[in-house]
Amino acid sequence: MDDLYRDYILDHYKNPRNYGELEGATHHYHDTNPLCGDEITMFLLVGEDGRVQDVHFTGRGCAISQASASILTDEVKGKTLDELKGFDRDHVLNNLGITISPARIKCALLSLKALKGAAWGLTAWPGEEVKQAATE
Amino acid sequence: MAVTARPSSAEKALDVERIRADFPVLSQTVHGRPLVWLDNASTSQKPRAVLDAMRRVYEEHNANIHRGVYEFSERTTAAFEEARAKVARFINAPEAREIVFVRNATEGLNLVAYAWGRDNVKAGDRIVTTVLEHHSNFVPWQQLAKDAGAELVVIDVDDEGRLRLDQLRRELERGARVLALTHTSNGLGVVNPVAEIVRWAKSAGATVIVDAAQSAPHTSVDVQALGCDFLAFSGHKMLGPVGSGVVWGRASLLERMRPFLYGGDMISRVSIERSEWNELPWKFEAGTSSYVDAIGLGAAIDYLSDIGMDRIHTHELALLRHLLPKLLAEDGLTVFGPHGLEERVGVVSFDVKGIHPHDMATLLDREGVAVRAGHHCNHPLMTRLGVPATTRASMYLYNTTEECDVLVDAVQKARKVFGV
Repeated sequence: MDDLYRDYILDHYKNPRNYGELEGATHHYHDTNPLCGDEITMFLLVGEDGRVQDVHFTGRGCAISQASASILTDEVKGKTLDELKGFDRDHVLNNLGITISPARIKCALLSLKALKGAAWGLTAWPGEEVKQAATE
Repeated sequence: MAVTARPSSAEKALDVERIRADFPVLSQTVHGRPLVWLDNASTSQKPRAVLDAMRRVYEEHNANIHRGVYEFSERTTAAFEEARAKVARFINAPEAREIVFVRNATEGLNLVAYAWGRDNVKAGDRIVTTVLEHHSNFVPWQQLAKDAGAELVVIDVDDEGRLRLDQLRRELERGARVLALTHTSNGLGVVNPVAEIVRWAKSAGATVIVDAAQSAPHTSVDVQALGCDFLAFSGHKMLGPVGSGVVWGRASLLERMRPFLYGGDMISRVSIERSEWNELPWKFEAGTSSYVDAIGLGAAIDYLSDIGMDRIHTHELALLRHLLPKLLAEDGLTVFGPHGLEERVGVVSFDVKGIHPHDMATLLDREGVAVRAGHHCNHPLMTRLGVPATTRASMYLYNTTEECDVLVDAVQKARKVFGV
């Protein structure tokens, strides 16, 4: 078995969990990895009790980025936004359970960035709107 | 371009085993496998002759150029200017003073866009370029168009990745101040018929800038035969060191241009009130040049010239002839760009359905095969092809048919891992 493309990684890639847009989402955040064109949008439906009732994602890209998003969404339901804000890179990499080389770390962490952006109530990373306006 | 040599005779003619022995890095292993370097469009490996030429400068006579009146400076200056003369001969430039050393093709193209473009492109002018351009020959013109209020006209490709010559000709006939055109596409390996296109552009009164970053390493480039006004390329893609690059321009244009960078070595006289510029080419070489890199590039040109650019091109086409049918026989594999060998260099961009190029490149790396996966600094082209990225294998004089077979085997293994 390949040490990176393990069966469960490929399974999450080919059969992503919680995939598709989420109607009525209270939070959503879109992010890309310009190096390889990976894209992830995270959708959260947060209830009045402040807990995530539902989570979906859409995206396209390499197996690592898409499997990482699928695996990440599996543990988000029922969590509070503060708990999501506390997720860190080691948490995501441990959950992936594979050793990621430096060149692929951005692929593995794109979903975390999108999730945290959504949890913070953002639609784009701070500064991105300014940067986009300046280059147009 | 006619290919007459058979694959076997082309290889034999090149004596690839002997060539490979000149490149220390090619005997390295990756993940326990012999290195198969197929990322030459990104950068090439260096022969010992280049490394030795550079080490000799540092060990035997290093001194800053154009400054000292002692022997070391004179020797280093002579070696630097000799490298310039070698570059001039390599691209058949009329005069060595038309050769400006820069860091890479990107810097050369920016030099033209700034130093020539800002004084010569006005509001309402048309800048014609193509969807095949590397960002380095696209973004400088896009930004110049914005700053000057000029119109940017971007020529499309057909579904095989060939430039739409009908569209290009029509747009040039409508008038153009600038044509910025790549000689060879870095993403697809397509060779554009530059000489013919330049004739159309000249009838329209356009100044023509050619990006030769992917052609100078692999084919003969003759600026007088091409008829262009500026041409830029990088040394590191043609066996030279990183940090060496060239922009060539017609002396009549370079002389009328303002400098790109100001500083030491590029002036003839400076007073509190004003400055006067040095002669060509030093007007464009502010500060201490990367003279050791330039000397290394000179050694690379000697190495390539001893073998012969036409033989190198023939060898790469023979590799392509070996590789393309094998790749095309793979289920779900798409090769971007023309499938024929006409008007092509040894670059193959492909995609396997169900395997993202980054996953493909990671799996190929496990087999020792280094390829590029990504957008190749070519966003407009990727958008045109409708893909976020491709996997690109690019060949050079030291690659073998056996290495092409390793690539195909590795692609098959990747398909097994992904079950596609």
